[in-house]
Amino acid sequence: MKDDFEKLLDQQPEKEPEPQERPALRDIPVREELVPRTVTAPDGQEIRIDPLQDYYCQAGPTVQTPAYTRIIEDLFNWARAESLWILGFGTGCGAIEMRPLMTPRFDAYRYGIQWRPTPRQANLLVISGYLSVKTLKRAIRSYEQMQNPKYVVGLGSCTINGGMYWDSYNTIKRLDDYLPVDLYITGCMPRPEALLQGFDDLKKLIRAGKAEGANKYAENFERYKTNQKRVIKDWDMPDYSW
Amino acid sequence: MADAEFGKADRSQYPHRRPDGSLDIDLTSGKYLKLWQGPNHPGITGNMSVELTVCGDEVVEGKTHVGYLHRGFEKLMERRTFIQCFPIVCRICVPEPDFNEYCYAAAVEELAGLEIPEKAKWIRALILEMGRINSYLMYLGGQAGAFGQGVIGQWTTYARDLMLDRFEELTGARIYHMFILPGGVRDDLPEGFDERMEQTLQEVERTLDDVYDTMFRNAVFKKRAVGLGYVDPALVDEYGITGPVARGAGVARDVRKDQPYLVYDQLDFEPVTGRESDVYARADVRRRDLLMSVDLIRQILSKMPHKGEVMATLPNVLHWKIPRGETYIRGECSRGEYGYYLVTDGSGYPRRVNVRGPSYTHAMALLEKLIVNVNISDVAGLMVSLHTYPPEIER
Amino acid sequence: MQTLISQLQTRFQLSEFILQRDNLAFVTVTREQLRPLLLHLRDKEGFTHLVLLTAVDWIEDNIFQLTYLLGDRTAGCDIGVRLMLPRDVASMDSIHDLWPTAATYQRELREMFGIDFPESPRVDEDFILEGWTDLPPYRRDFDTLKYSQESYVDRLGRETKDPAAYMKLKLYPDEDNDG
Repeated sequence: MKDDFEKLLDQQPEKEPEPQERPALRDIPVREELVPRTVTAPDGQEIRIDPLQDYYCQAGPTVQTPAYTRIIEDLFNWARAESLWILGFGTGCGAIEMRPLMTPRFDAYRYGIQWRPTPRQANLLVISGYLSVKTLKRAIRSYEQMQNPKYVVGLGSCTINGGMYWDSYNTIKRLDDYLPVDLYITGCMPRPEALLQGFDDLKKLIRAGKAEGANKYAENFERYKTNQKRVIKDWDMPDYSW
Repeated sequence: MADAEFGKADRSQYPHRRPDGSLDIDLTSGKYLKLWQGPNHPGITGNMSVELTVCGDEVVEGKTHVGYLHRGFEKLMERRTFIQCFPIVCRICVPEPDFNEYCYAAAVEELAGLEIPEKAKWIRALILEMGRINSYLMYLGGQAGAFGQGVIGQWTTYARDLMLDRFEELTGARIYHMFILPGGVRDDLPEGFDERMEQTLQEVERTLDDVYDTMFRNAVFKKRAVGLGYVDPALVDEYGITGPVARGAGVARDVRKDQPYLVYDQLDFEPVTGRESDVYARADVRRRDLLMSVDLIRQILSKMPHKGEVMATLPNVLHWKIPRGETYIRGECSRGEYGYYLVTDGSGYPRRVNVRGPSYTHAMALLEKLIVNVNISDVAGLMVSLHTYPPEIER
Repeated sequence: MQTLISQLQTRFQLSEFILQRDNLAFVTVTREQLRPLLLHLRDKEGFTHLVLLTAVDWIEDNIFQLTYLLGDRTAGCDIGVRLMLPRDVASMDSIHDLWPTAATYQRELREMFGIDFPESPRVDEDFILEGWTDLPPYRRDFDTLKYSQESYVDRLGRETKDPAAYMKLKLYPDEDNDG
């Protein structure tokens, strides 16, 4: 299934026509607090502030090269595979099956899978179902704030091709246009057994060194940003925030 | 306010209001801080967010932001035939999807003039009560979790899984059942369902006994929940409050009793009410309501007719046109009044469907009122106690 | 319900009256009469619960229908007050001072239908959508399929069965082709 997935990710953007930019019926004004301004500090110093600048990191993401020998890289991958920490961001209805997954019957903790409340501590972003454009914006920020190595799992048919919401004006259809997806789990919604199987497959990918989503994101950063900005009309955040 | 009297004045009067009624908050004064709770935050009910303005650790203003889960159901249904709408309505509310199916089906039946078989009504009531138990179990775990008691969520999710097994046996699915469709229900009860249901109900009751001992009699839970989030009974009508939040304030309003639908007029029950109208009272109302649902399921299973059709004969659903009309159907879901407003125009497609979820008023106007002068750490507990669920606000 | 409506008819000009069920009726009023009627229903007749406020787009007649559904929870009956609004000047008086929750409904109508409610609190703030530049999406002339196809890229290889043809095959195999 990994091969199919890679084929999709690599081939499709070239094959398909780029969607035309829709003419806007009304302009979206920049929010008041995001307009660049000059602030006078208590000591009289004047500071120029541009809220859309990230003052801590102007650099984009970089590709992480593997360790210098195979055996070390394998050790790293083994360690990564055995501690999948999910970011507790329930982006859609699939999140309701995450609760049973973490409780006595299915108990994903025994596989080293657990919730973390903040992106800084998590390395797995589970997009649990359809993404509205408004949530996509938050999901991108959350993903970029997570630290390497990091993985994305798309959950449910609606992340793959729109699913039930194929004709909705507010949900994206292909998650891998906007975020580098390492694995999809199908279903509407996937059962906990399917989730466990999916996480198991993800572990195998990581161990084999094939879950390179974060590097793909860094390599194709421009393409991802173009796609993201095409649907997020009011882009009011730094291009890369970590 | 002068700094000397800061902390001594009546907190409910703080911050002051300007003559036009808006809050007198000067963000540049350095006294206040903007804080976003959500959408990516463990202390939030689903994918929504609250924009808090805090002074110290006290919330002085809160604004609810929704729309993160908007899929445009009401628009999508306008371009689907009546039978095609049925599989997507349940996606509006995840923890208790059956109310969408029931309200939609009942609205279509009323406008199309369809009579459903007697047995289908009983099975529908059974499904709705099972869904209510699931939703309440989920709530109890969330409410305890918001105050730091993680173990309650483990227990109640265990009990919920057992109930999901019964759903799976009956409908073939865990979450989205798609069982109640216009005209009746899809199937009859399976063989031996009653006994397995009875075992599940006993296990649910046993779990609730444990939950009562560890949660409702726990000093920490009491200390944090008692007195938090008081809802004045006078606000009930003004703010359109329904369900356990209203009943916790002593207003005995229950659609099952006020406007009996399905078979609720043949069942023996009284609306559960509380008095104190705080988080603790609402949690207790829901716990007792859950036990009442257990009792109602037993009544339904014993009074249900054993033989009979479960599905009326539908006209050819491909060319099913419903004459022009409009109606409103409501039911009492675990969070309050759930309703569907359906308008038809004589074609094969609905003209307009409007979903009225209880969270629409609870999470917006009411929460923004209650959240003022609450400690930041109590915001999660307060939100959970209103049992808000974002998809039914934005659909 | 019938007596209530006849009483109302003596005091207000109700142009249309439909008794949908024993406990649900719909009446149509003019714009000037709406507020007195709502106040009368709320304060005198016990319809204290604003169940919902929504709009229907009758694009053929070039009108928006606003429905104010009021509930009397003690008597267990509801009355829907309908109001016709010209589609090109879609603006209506706010009722947020009668029911504070109405402000939320009015915010949604402003965003999803483009019906303005001047003086309703925060009515111009984004509610559900963010950065929306097209027509208000719940209007009938907004085509969601077209918008979706233009904005979001489809994945190749999605197989779609025509729902009508598939259901005909499964449910009514004997039916004629034209039937």
